[in-house]
Amino acid sequence: MSISTTSTSDRAGQPAAGNILATAREQVLERGEGLDQGQVLQVLQLPDESLDDLLALAHDVRMRWCGPEVEVEGIISLKTGGCPEDCHFCSQSGLFASPVRAAWLDVPMLVEAAKQTAKTGATEFCIVAAVRGPDERLMSQVAAGVAAIKDAVDINVACSLGMLSEEQVTRLAEMGVHRYNHNLETAKSYFTNVVTTHTWEERWETLRLVREAGMEVCCGGIVGMGESLEQRAEFAAQLAELTPDEVPLNFLNPRPGTPFGDLEQMSGPDALRTVAAFRLAMPRTVLRFAGGREITLGDLGARQGLLGGINAVIVGNYLTTLGRPAESDIDLLGELQMPIKALNETL
Amino acid sequence: MSAPVQEPAADGAAQFCDQCGEPSAAAGHDRCAVRRTLEPPRFCPQCARRMVVQVDPFGWKARCSRHGETTS
Repeated sequence: MSISTTSTSDRAGQPAAGNILATAREQVLERGEGLDQGQVLQVLQLPDESLDDLLALAHDVRMRWCGPEVEVEGIISLKTGGCPEDCHFCSQSGLFASPVRAAWLDVPMLVEAAKQTAKTGATEFCIVAAVRGPDERLMSQVAAGVAAIKDAVDINVACSLGMLSEEQVTRLAEMGVHRYNHNLETAKSYFTNVVTTHTWEERWETLRLVREAGMEVCCGGIVGMGESLEQRAEFAAQLAELTPDEVPLNFLNPRPGTPFGDLEQMSGPDALRTVAAFRLAMPRTVLRFAGGREITLGDLGARQGLLGGINAVIVGNYLTTLGRPAESDIDLLGELQMPIKALNETL
Repeated sequence: MSAPVQEPAADGAAQFCDQCGEPSAAAGHDRCAVRRTLEPPRFCPQCARRMVVQVDPFGWKARCSRHGETTS
């Protein structure tokens, strides 16, 4: 992975805003080549006064290389809580004193949620389980759920079930799961500060298997977990190297009882700079607003993000927390004249 | 997490904070009030038992083993 050494500064430690924005305009907007790690870092270091120009450029890049459509998705937790892993941001780990209790969803509830999600115009429905990786009971439940949803609803089904074996990847592909989510969560150099019960490389291996099996790769993470700007830029570059079909971008929502429960939320401008920087690193990917955007950015931030590089949203609630009402986001897309991506464009 | 499990008030009124499980009358629920806008309940307001909560894209269900289910 190369790191640009062409940084120029107009004051100590701060890149000249015009330079990196001009570079990005020519390199990313005109040629469709994402920024490298060093360039992403320059973007993340831009002052607040340059934020509007940065977001406008990221929006232009998104419109040029992705188009105006926005991909809408609903997510649901099939198996909540009781996870043996120690992801420090997660209220579903069984290792922390979180108030979240273990629960399973049955297939009829899964189908009903998929139906309601499809009514919003969403084309994606992601089934998520808080596990290290699926056991046979979970694989069977997923198989029954995917089949029932496909019988009842026109919607793409995605899954997020942790780390997979090659045989499990094959089975999910055969079920018709079209996309698999497995987040790298953070930069490789920061990963051990976030998770100690498995490795970044194990996650990368699952992603490799998913791609080999022909499923779309969905891989993103969470920003604002105490990583440095350099590590945030490293993370963007590592995701770009993976070339995922979708990158869900979460902002840390500190969960009570978790090791990250007392971290401060990242600022709105930092979050928006990150959105734009990730878009400039990955001009063609589906970049999805995911968890934490409500508390980090509020209503105004949702609009700014959609006009700053985002081209996909999770509507409604998240796995254990509540989101904006789905109709608020759908109305906003209408107001911004951003059409919802149709199912036939994604199948 | 262990929460104080108490018998409910005779009139069935909420005695406990559904976010932290502490007595509602106690001070220090400012963060709970903020959190409640984007969080389902976690503790039974009648007895402070930790509830089994399921969130779906459009609502939530919370079940107390003693006092039953509530929905959004």
